[in-house]
Amino acid sequence: MTLSFFDQFMSPTYLGIPLIALALSLPWILYPKPTTRWLNNRLITLQGWFINRFTQQIFQPLSLGGHKWATLLASLMLFLITLNMLGLLPYTFTPTTQLSLNMAFAVPLWLATVIIGMRNQPTHALGHLLPEGTPTLLIPVLIIIETISLFIRPLALGVRLTANLTAGHLLIQLIATAAFVLLPLMPTVAILTAVLLFLLTLLEVAVAMIQAYVFVLLLSLYLQENV
Amino acid sequence: MADRQVSLAEKRLMDVKLNQLGAWLGGRDFTPNGILSAIRRGHDRYYNKYINVKKGGIGGVAMLLVGYVAISYLWEYDHIKHDRWRKYH
Repeated sequence: MTLSFFDQFMSPTYLGIPLIALALSLPWILYPKPTTRWLNNRLITLQGWFINRFTQQIFQPLSLGGHKWATLLASLMLFLITLNMLGLLPYTFTPTTQLSLNMAFAVPLWLATVIIGMRNQPTHALGHLLPEGTPTLLIPVLIIIETISLFIRPLALGVRLTANLTAGHLLIQLIATAAFVLLPLMPTVAILTAVLLFLLTLLEVAVAMIQAYVFVLLLSLYLQENV
Repeated sequence: MADRQVSLAEKRLMDVKLNQLGAWLGGRDFTPNGILSAIRRGHDRYYNKYINVKKGGIGGVAMLLVGYVAISYLWEYDHIKHDRWRKYH
């Protein structure tokens, strides 16, 4: 059987159910609903603090029309950050490494921002295609370039998330294999590799959080232009 | 104090005698709604015991995550066993 480092990105099936189903439903279990009590338990307090902080941060620059998106973007952020962090546990499956999932998030949300802009303020939205102060000769070229840049946004959003997470997971697997195989041969080198692996895991935790944040932040920026 | 008399289907699993096990299973509710409500009851029990306490620590969530890792391993075992058996990586 051929060895492939990409096998970790295949969702294995057990009893007919793919693992991705369990991985996608786990974030739902991890965040309990806040009660009507005055003092909740620690988990809910932490969760509430984090969500409030994040929402305030993202929605401060947005005008009032954009605040309608608060629930959607906050829950998207929570979902992505949980999926990314859970994927760092051993033997788990990360759904966000699948391009299909990330494109399914990116394309409809980006398209929604564009359509909202075009419907409510078409002149202003189209005006974004031409930055201020361009020399007259450059105008046609720049409009083409800006249009291409507009249409490439959903692709960039999806691929950015996929590529970052996939690359991180692959690196972890490669370096772990190297450390494991080196252990009987050259223990010193194996220990160095293990230290590298530890640092890499820390990086992956950071990347997991940052990528989710960047995704939602960019969406809010696109919204800000258009609303 | 004598326990309250309940019908077989409503008894808790630990109170059912071994020879009554088949009849107990037959009386349980295996419709989708029944399964969902059983999952919800199980979740509420776990949540109220380990997480919804005044000074809950990391233990409640940690047990859940370890359980998730264990289930993932089980799910992928058919695939992972080849990595362990392989002589050259």
